[in-house]
Amino acid sequence: MTPKTASAPQAAQTLAPLSGAEVLMRALVEQGVEVIFGYPGGAVLPIYDALFRQKEIRHILVRHEQAAVHAAEAYARSTGKVGVVLVTSGPGATNAVTGLLDALMDSIPLVCLSGQVPTALIGNDAFQEADTTGITRPVTKYNYLVRRPEDLAKTVHEAFAIARSGRPGPVLVDLPKNITVGNAPYKTADQDKPRTSKVRTEPDRDAVAKAVAALKQARRPLFYTGGGVINSGPQACEGLRKFARLTNFPVTSTLMGLGAFPGTDKQFLGMLGMHGTYEANLATHGCDVLVALGSRFDDRVTGRLDAFSPDSFKIHVDIDPSQINKIIHVNLPIVGDVGRTIELMIEEWDKQPAYEHGAELEAWWQQIEAWRALDCLRFKQDQAADAVIKPQQAIQRIYELALETGRDTYVSTEVGQHQMWAAQYFKFDAPNRWLTSGGLGTMGYGLPAAVGAQVAHPDALVLDVAGEASTLMNIQELGTIAQYRLPVKLFIINNHYMGMVRQWQELLHGSRYSESYSDALPDFIKLAESFHAKGLRATRLDELDGVIREALAHDGPVVVDLCVAEGENCFPMIPSGAAHNEMILGPEQEERGAEVTREGMMLV
Amino acid sequence: MQQEAPGSAVISLLVDNESGALARIIGLFSGRGYNIRSLTVAPVDEHGLVSRVNIVTTGTLADIRQIKAQIERLTPVSRAVDLSSAGPHVAREMALIKVVSSGEPRTEALRIADAFRARAVDTTATSFVFELTGSSDKLDSFIELMRPLGLAEVSRTGIAAICRGPQTIQTP
Ligand SMILES: Cc1cc2nc3c(=O)[nH]c(=O)nc-3n(C[C@H](O)[C@H](O)[C@H](O)COP(=O)(O)OP(=O)(O)OC[C@H]3O[C@@H](n4cnc5c(N)ncnc54)[C@H](O)[C@@H]3O)c2cc1C
Ligand SMILES: Cc1ncc(C[n+]2csc(CCOP(=O)(O)OP(=O)(O)O)c2C)c(N)n1
Ligand SMILES: [Mg+2]
Repeated sequence: MTPKTASAPQAAQTLAPLSGAEVLMRALVEQGVEVIFGYPGGAVLPIYDALFRQKEIRHILVRHEQAAVHAAEAYARSTGKVGVVLVTSGPGATNAVTGLLDALMDSIPLVCLSGQVPTALIGNDAFQEADTTGITRPVTKYNYLVRRPEDLAKTVHEAFAIARSGRPGPVLVDLPKNITVGNAPYKTADQDKPRTSKVRTEPDRDAVAKAVAALKQARRPLFYTGGGVINSGPQACEGLRKFARLTNFPVTSTLMGLGAFPGTDKQFLGMLGMHGTYEANLATHGCDVLVALGSRFDDRVTGRLDAFSPDSFKIHVDIDPSQINKIIHVNLPIVGDVGRTIELMIEEWDKQPAYEHGAELEAWWQQIEAWRALDCLRFKQDQAADAVIKPQQAIQRIYELALETGRDTYVSTEVGQHQMWAAQYFKFDAPNRWLTSGGLGTMGYGLPAAVGAQVAHPDALVLDVAGEASTLMNIQELGTIAQYRLPVKLFIINNHYMGMVRQWQELLHGSRYSESYSDALPDFIKLAESFHAKGLRATRLDELDGVIREALAHDGPVVVDLCVAEGENCFPMIPSGAAHNEMILGPEQEERGAEVTREGMMLV
Repeated sequence: MQQEAPGSAVISLLVDNESGALARIIGLFSGRGYNIRSLTVAPVDEHGLVSRVNIVTTGTLADIRQIKAQIERLTPVSRAVDLSSAGPHVAREMALIKVVSSGEPRTEALRIADAFRARAVDTTATSFVFELTGSSDKLDSFIELMRPLGLAEVSRTGIAAICRGPQTIQTP
């Protein structure tokens, strides 16, 4: 029963029987856990007591359980480790639900430990009882109710294995109080084989060879990369860079995949999809071979399904077989780890006869450059000193001035227009730096995510590009930021509207701005100060750079209220249900765009 | 062998016999809008650790593939096989059918039951309970024939299915 990996003082402890809570701590340490994001309550007091009496694991006290989950998500996404959450029974567990679904949608590995009433009381409507496994079943990759002490250690180990294996996701372990209070035996992770054996990481060699053969025939190829490349790890991102260089093929990325391929690279076309770039979307529409690498043909990406990349041979690499042919029928599915698959593709590329369509590829690049020349993200900022700041200008300057600091920078966002502008204007050259809620689009994600990223990377620059409405959804996390002196920089792109909602109302509902005005906003400077942070504000163009610089230079948390133009819309935009070549462009591009689109349509 | 109506498929699963496993499977069907026409579950190994689940569902070929792929993602599911596309299989169902009648209809019911090889497992002066095993179609036709003859109540098991020949579905 003596754990093989236990350190000396722990080994000595095994002489005395361990409580369930102590077994839990030991299992977490064996799993390499360094930080837990949590909030206490009656059902988890024994666990908090065990936490108190140990030194290896740090606990970050959030101000709301939803925030604990988002913080753990950002911790996981920015480190590649499993994020860990601890919440109490009943309301603690139900508060975590949104975060769990967010992690499920975005393939983030988490283990959420929840307290539960003693097993003898389950089913009796006991105080703070909730059917937590029932409630969280559809929002987790897997969940457990631990009913027997002898299952505890094994369950925790398996939870971690499931969370990180294959397509990562959140796993919940519900822990009745009698299990954590009573004695339980310890088991090391290697004593039981976890149920993760179904995952296939090694791709079929024939399929890889066929994929490369198709690429060798491609005249208008395109890599469409996604979050799966980041899930796969830094080697996959390295592999992608190498393969792109080797082939000289263009690369576009989903929102979730940003950073896997360098955003500043000439071969990168920017994000595709609803708010993707003109060049990325027209390339998707016109390519003849489309290689989806760890991306899942989300509806924000495909637009109208029957018009999605209509003439391409489609190759889809994904570790989750259920993603294949789910939305778009593909010609060549490859089930496996995308990093490993790219590695094999590179080998195969060198083995097969040389690529012979250089001239056509060159023409394809010329076409892409013509689309790129439209400069679809260009906007007109009035340069007068007292001019109203455009939100695009604010975000672009945050990016440029953060870059000037030369610091390793992590960026979280809330949800809305500012999120899309951040995706467009920030260029990420490294993976794991971009933290955003893609699949669920959870307002309130950004501030706790910044907490998680700063806890994971205490010396890095952590920015939250936020909207004024979203920020208020988890604003209480300013308390967490204060308590742990996290030097997070919160930039509120304050357009006084739920801008994304306002934009849809303008375009689809006759400009009837029903309930989308951000009324009765707090004074964000005073709010910051009351949470022991620095508060700054810019309302005119000539204040913008100074305020951003001051915020970036401040050695502590800052809340920056950037008051921007109220009526801006985020372009380009593919209205839902439209095709990629039916993009709406910004006022700056509209006229030339129609022309280029016409030409482009003739070409592709 | 039972001939499935077009668009219908039998998926057989081997599932760890743990609490919540069935809820997971059913939740997957309701959550993703898949159809369950019939569902049977029972432990099938000597220690009662593994259950076999047989699900009859409907959809296009692509739907069925997606359903199978989604089921396979579930942790307690160790095997999922679409029997309809894995080769010939046997699918059988049992029904208990109560007929309440007398006189000529009663005699006629008994005569038809005999032709279907249904057994009368309970008999009173005014009623029969017939037990009938066979394909779902066969059960359907028997029940239809009983309708004018005093059909009073039906209880069906849903189908159990297995591959023909030496081929088996085992836990890996
Ligand atoms: C307001 C708003 C607007 C949006 N607009 C856009 C938009 O314009 N463009 C856009 O792209 N998105 C947009 N999104 C995000 C969108 O909703 C999806 O979240 C996103 O497109 C999904 O990204 P993905 O395809 O990379 O998949 P992810 O959700 O990141 O999933 C990863 C995929 O990779 C697979 N995978 C995981 N690990 C591995 C591995 N090791 N090997 C192989 N495969 C693996 C998984 O099975 C999965 O299929 C928007 C979101 C919001 C909130
Ligand atoms: C929890 C939640 N509720 C509602 C929505 C719908 N929604 C999407 S964007 C948005 C407005 C966001 O406003 P703001 O944070 O000010 O960002 P902006 O679009 O103005 O940049 C809303 C309400 C959501 N995504 N999440
Ligand atoms: Mg706003």
